[in-house]
Amino acid sequence: MWSAYYYRMASRALAALVTGFSLTAVACGGSSTIPNELEGAAAGIFDSDCSESTGEEITIYSGRSEDLIQPVLDAFECQSGTSVVTNFGDPTDLALQLVEEGDRTPADVFLSKSPGAVGFLRNEGVLSSLSGDVTSLVDDANVGGDDSWVGITGRQRVLVYNVDLVDEADLPTSVLDLTDERFRGQVAIPATNGSFQDWFTVFRAQQGDDVAATWLEDMVANDAIVTESNRPTVDAVGRGEFQFGLVNHYYNFQELEAIGADHRAENHNFAADDIGSLVIVTAAGITSTSDNVSESEQLITFMLDEASQSFFTNDSLEYPLAAGVEPAAVLPALGDDGADFDVTFDDLGNGLTRTVEIIENSGILSN
Amino acid sequence: MQHPETSHNRAPRTLVGLSALASLILAGPAIYLLIRNFTAEADPFGLLFTARVLEPLWRTIQLAVLVSLSAGALGTGLAWLTTRTDLPFAKTFSVLLTLPLVYPTFIGAAALVRTLNPGGIVNDALSSIGVDRTPTLDGLFGAWLVLTSLTYPYVFLPVAARFSRLPASIEQTARLLGNSATRVFARIIVPQAAGSIVAGMLLVFLYAISDFGAVAILRYDTLTRAIESNQLANRPVALALSLMLLVLAAIVVSAERFADRRRVVSNSPRSSATSALKLGRGKVPAIASVVLVVVFALGAPLIALLDWSIRGLIQSGETGRRLRVDAGEIIEITGNTLGASAVAAVAAVLIVLPIALLIGRHRSRMGNVGHAVAISTFALPGILIALAGTFFINQTDWTFNTFHNSMVILIFSYMVRFAALAMGTTLIAVYAVPERLRDASQTLGADHQRRFLTVDLPLMTPGLLAAGGLVLLSTMKELPISLLLSPFEFETLATRIFGTFNEAFLTEAGLMALTLVALSFAATWALIIRPLAKQR
Repeated sequence: MWSAYYYRMASRALAALVTGFSLTAVACGGSSTIPNELEGAAAGIFDSDCSESTGEEITIYSGRSEDLIQPVLDAFECQSGTSVVTNFGDPTDLALQLVEEGDRTPADVFLSKSPGAVGFLRNEGVLSSLSGDVTSLVDDANVGGDDSWVGITGRQRVLVYNVDLVDEADLPTSVLDLTDERFRGQVAIPATNGSFQDWFTVFRAQQGDDVAATWLEDMVANDAIVTESNRPTVDAVGRGEFQFGLVNHYYNFQELEAIGADHRAENHNFAADDIGSLVIVTAAGITSTSDNVSESEQLITFMLDEASQSFFTNDSLEYPLAAGVEPAAVLPALGDDGADFDVTFDDLGNGLTRTVEIIENSGILSN
Repeated sequence: MQHPETSHNRAPRTLVGLSALASLILAGPAIYLLIRNFTAEADPFGLLFTARVLEPLWRTIQLAVLVSLSAGALGTGLAWLTTRTDLPFAKTFSVLLTLPLVYPTFIGAAALVRTLNPGGIVNDALSSIGVDRTPTLDGLFGAWLVLTSLTYPYVFLPVAARFSRLPASIEQTARLLGNSATRVFARIIVPQAAGSIVAGMLLVFLYAISDFGAVAILRYDTLTRAIESNQLANRPVALALSLMLLVLAAIVVSAERFADRRRVVSNSPRSSATSALKLGRGKVPAIASVVLVVVFALGAPLIALLDWSIRGLIQSGETGRRLRVDAGEIIEITGNTLGASAVAAVAAVLIVLPIALLIGRHRSRMGNVGHAVAISTFALPGILIALAGTFFINQTDWTFNTFHNSMVILIFSYMVRFAALAMGTTLIAVYAVPERLRDASQTLGADHQRRFLTVDLPLMTPGLLAAGGLVLLSTMKELPISLLLSPFEFETLATRIFGTFNEAFLTEAGLMALTLVALSFAATWALIIRPLAKQR
């Protein structure tokens, strides 16, 4: 008797769920509409009345979280009248998905957290060349090979350290100093993370494979600790689990914003001309199958405008790369030449294969 | 598990056909992986005996064996305490003990570490009373402990379902014959549930070899780490390593099937009442151990989530920091999560049902193949299931235009990913219908359909609900498939937690993870624990 009762209840509950769900799915299924005017963060980027909808629509595969870019996309929709459809995810997974979708992919624009994923896509031949109008908006160093992508914002490599355990006077001026005995067992490296791998690829390109591989082996010999990615590294350094971490500047600022002064870590910048101070760019490219190249270029141009660049640096504390925008007040200024290390991220896609080999062979992953 | 009352009659052709179709669908990711290994000219055999593979492979096996043993012991013990003894608040504990299942590993492991590791919240509290550094969770030890605490519910749930079906008379008779409670547990109760225990441990083993989030956070270098770092850098290597993972899973699953054939479990009739074993002097230690598990597996991550949420809310109140999510958005994505997961749960139970019927009623070899395929697929990382889905719909214009970016492909992929979870409990549900009863109804002239609806289905319902519940809870936290295959702008709690957490928006991630836990609490209660408790 009880089971018949449960059966009825369960089927009713399920029926209700499925119905409610189908309605939601239908409601979500429609393409986004252009509002009359913007609210909140987006209004700070574009504060005029919105354009009429042009009926055009572009699809973005974004390896950058919507928390960082949604207001910019909303502002673009309003300014241009072009609808933007978003597909957010992990940059590596999205890149694999795009390649699997091949010619049928609906993606027009690909946004990545670091150059590795766009480099991979370029090698797979699925990115088109951007026009000179777009590439001229940023320094040459921030343009991918064959003009396949441009940098949108920058994240600087830094040494995050625990303020209670480390004396400021003892902080090194070069990333190469971390192989010293005094850092034994105290430096965490997110060696499997895209941003470290991209940094290491540029390091190799600039100073040669021998120098880079030797440095990494010396770090392993110095009992460097391998961590998963930037955020947990910053978290562990803040707790004092270890004293130092090689990360992007971005994460410690966010951790401080979220937790406040109980987070006991600060960023330390190596010397401005040290390879350890490289700026890793977040990147945007357009697919070779896109039917909406002109709208897609408009979007990338919009993201490199003064209003968007100001938003990126003030809202999420990244470095602006265009339109002469100054970094947010809390960010230390980059070196005099900006981030010019005389290398481009050109061969990152190819270089990544060798980078991962060197990292695996160094033994750091089981350190 | 073999049913002594299984009839050896030939299976109806429809059932065989449906099972074959189900097996083929569930084999999709494996087929995709083989095709891609071929087209990318991957060289799994060449790679196999290199240090680059053997070392992570060995570490993977060590971890998976340890985790499945400890999860097996823990899950069984907890199931016994909550179903067959007079443990106070047994039902509430049952729900709480199920919940660690719902932490997405990437945030669950990170939150555990945040609470327990040096400088963490518990650590601070301990050092303020003079206890210095506690052991650091990392490496094999950390990965083992964290994975055990996240996966023991895969054993706990089916074993609790099995235990609650055993008649009380078993223990009473044994006790009357002078056996101690421990002896009754070890010699009589556990063997009765051996099939469920092993099936649960197998799921834990496969989960452990496929996990990436927890092992990466705990700095333990396994095969999935090697797959992950070669995804873009060296596609053929990543594909070859994934194939090895699948082969390892298939070997272990087949071994279990083989051993299982030798094990005969008597099917006891459903008991009308269980008189609970009196714990007596053992009550306090029993409560203490259950509380310890709840505090560690559920509570420790919860502390970090609460800490992130509350501090962040205070911070944004003070500094005016922009919060990235609002209540409206959380409600919307909670609805999305629940809806998609519920449909996936129904789909997963439906696809394994013909296979379970074939095994349970007809001892069919075809059923065993389907079973092995469904279970092995659980070892594949979700990203591969998602890519396989894309690959198959991308074969023609029509399929791509119809299914790409649709709910259909999302639900379908969830179903394939989690069919393994539905398999074991669905099989128990099939066994719950005594052959005698079916024969009787046949004699009385009820036709197939009517028999199924009036006799079989009501008896199977608690088992099917538990199977669906397990899939529901796992789908709610699923990440890679949800990220890649959800219709554009259809977001779930897990995908939003991932997006915010990854960019260090801890407050937002904490709030949504708490929502996920609360939602799971309700689902576990309604779908799994109440039907089970009611059954006793």
